[in-house]
Amino acid sequence: MKIERLKTDLLIIGGGTAGCYAAITAASNAAGKNAAGNKGAGVQDAVGLKILVVEKANIKRSGCLAAGVNALNAYITEGRTPRDYVEYAKKDADGIVREDLLYSISEKINEVTAHLERLGLVILKDKDGKYVTRGNRNIKINGENIKPILAAAVAKAPNVQVLNHVNIFDFSVHDNRIDGAFGFGIENDTFYAIEARAVIVATGGAAGLYRPNNPGFSRHKMWYPPFNTGAGYAMGIRHGAEMTTFEMRFIALRCKDTIAPTGTLAQGVGAKQVNALGEVYETKYGISTSERVYGTVAENLEGRGPCYLRTVGITPEQEESLLKAYLNMAPSQTIRWIENDTPSKANVEIEGTEPYIVGGHTASGYWVDTKRATTIEGLYAAGDVVGGAPQKYVTGALAEGEIAAKSAVEYIESLSALRQAQGPDISSVNLLKKNSEGEIAEHVAEIEKFLNNKNGADTAESLEEAMQAAMDTYAGGIKTGYRYSENQLAIARREIEKIEARVGDLHADDLQEVMYIYELKERLTVCKSVIAHLAARHETRWHSFAENTDYPEKDNERFRKYVNSRLENGQIKIILRELTAEGQRNYEHQH
Amino acid sequence: MSISIDQGKCIGCRRCHDVCPGTLIKINENKKAFIKYPKDCWGCTSCIKECPVHAISFFLGEDIGGKGCKVHTEKVKGEKNDIVRWFFELNDGSVKTIDIDPKESNKY
Repeated sequence: MKIERLKTDLLIIGGGTAGCYAAITAASNAAGKNAAGNKGAGVQDAVGLKILVVEKANIKRSGCLAAGVNALNAYITEGRTPRDYVEYAKKDADGIVREDLLYSISEKINEVTAHLERLGLVILKDKDGKYVTRGNRNIKINGENIKPILAAAVAKAPNVQVLNHVNIFDFSVHDNRIDGAFGFGIENDTFYAIEARAVIVATGGAAGLYRPNNPGFSRHKMWYPPFNTGAGYAMGIRHGAEMTTFEMRFIALRCKDTIAPTGTLAQGVGAKQVNALGEVYETKYGISTSERVYGTVAENLEGRGPCYLRTVGITPEQEESLLKAYLNMAPSQTIRWIENDTPSKANVEIEGTEPYIVGGHTASGYWVDTKRATTIEGLYAAGDVVGGAPQKYVTGALAEGEIAAKSAVEYIESLSALRQAQGPDISSVNLLKKNSEGEIAEHVAEIEKFLNNKNGADTAESLEEAMQAAMDTYAGGIKTGYRYSENQLAIARREIEKIEARVGDLHADDLQEVMYIYELKERLTVCKSVIAHLAARHETRWHSFAENTDYPEKDNERFRKYVNSRLENGQIKIILRELTAEGQRNYEHQH
Repeated sequence: MSISIDQGKCIGCRRCHDVCPGTLIKINENKKAFIKYPKDCWGCTSCIKECPVHAISFFLGEDIGGKGCKVHTEKVKGEKNDIVRWFFELNDGSVKTIDIDPKESNKY
């Protein structure tokens, strides 16, 4: 295969919501300095800062928003304050959040929304020109084309190059400092070794760890993009980055079968959650995100299922609007209604999905400081890969893209300043360290091994199914009503290790299939961290999200803490960290 | 859910291939698009919106309640701007349409 070496200042891995916005921000930041003629110590390097976005699909329609989105769920509506938003997210996660991160997001979400509108996003307004709100934190939009809008803005940004259809599978890290990444073209038979002075990881969370609701033909009809494999988590974990809150899994309450959103029904037409007897049960179990799922599971276990959102009796106008709203974000639900009973005639059955690991709804991801610096020097993170800041959604991902971009540009400038002060040959600065030939050769050899392996009994698909079955049965999947015990987790760990040992013999026909093998490896790495985190939290703080049958109660004394982890000598080391202080606005890594 | 591509209509422009977030659509030796991994489709409909000749439609798998309805979109001229018309071709031969004005927000 062809080997291509690329050099950039800022590498952004993943061109989804956060990655695109990071690129736009970094470009305008560097350009702004250029226009101001600011040539302070070292800053001239920021002029014409080169930015490279690498995306395994195409940024026009990649990531969580490929199908669109019909509301912005994180917005400070009139009369509300950023503080209200922080309190809401904190309460929903029962305290286990990073207030500094939530504040930094909530103070930016209205500004990024205004920017999106300027870029072309349609937002519903009343006759006075004010945004129409849905509940306390949401505004209504036509977000079908939100990704093409972001992609067009990236295309216009100066000094930004986009590499589509290139799959990054490893960071280049030396002495805990990142200096680039490795990847391959899915369709062009090319290996990429990319040198960078700073890197932003924005690869999203992880789907496909657990057996999905519909494991047959419709296995990918799921809540989260099935193409988000946890690549960013896995690359960080392997290089020793600290991670947080992987035990707080996200389980979405969705329309049965189509796995379409329920919020639009609940908040749009005020549909209540009812059991098969017609009883409203949502208030019985609480209304936090995890309690809504838990209540539905509990009603089923106790024989009062299935459960529904009560839509019967809505007006024809409401029904027409619902059919349209779903076309803009989850068209399968509209087909379902057109082929079967419409929502005014039949209540919409609901179910919990399989668990996912994300940082945008729940709080799993990189342990970062307020500037979104990870514990690997030069590596910044944004969006679903960042832990500690749940309920960030689309606008929060944009805000984090902006924060990470500004921090990364600042970091690049500080490197330049150091180089200028000390001269170019100071080895301690370690600028643009060459990706070593040995590492490139090793990676290329591994890829070629998969292409040359003989077809065996295992395939990436069969091992993925084995992994999902193990997680489903022994690590709290749908099968056990999301519950698990220490004994079960121990089995899950062994099963995942056994599957991992078989990956090396897999055969791939082409680089797309090589990507499937690397994605499987990424998921297995994430699974091991999830299992370790679930086993470490000896309490049940979030029903369903982390339902530990050995410890069915909440334990504030011992576990009002972050559960963090780091890979050390091949072993996952658990670190319990104290919560940041109430109202704390800034957090720095302790070195 | 997945998609099907009408090879008779396909003009080989590759736009669907370029945008699929799973890179599931490939081009065959006759320069026509085909879905190589139908079970891996997320159902995002990006390809359908890109296709200039309405060669792609999508459907719900029978395992999740599908009954053969095929769906595609077309851009049509509205009073002020282009609107997106969704066509639902039902199994009994009837066709239902829903119009979405991209300049209007969702009500919900």
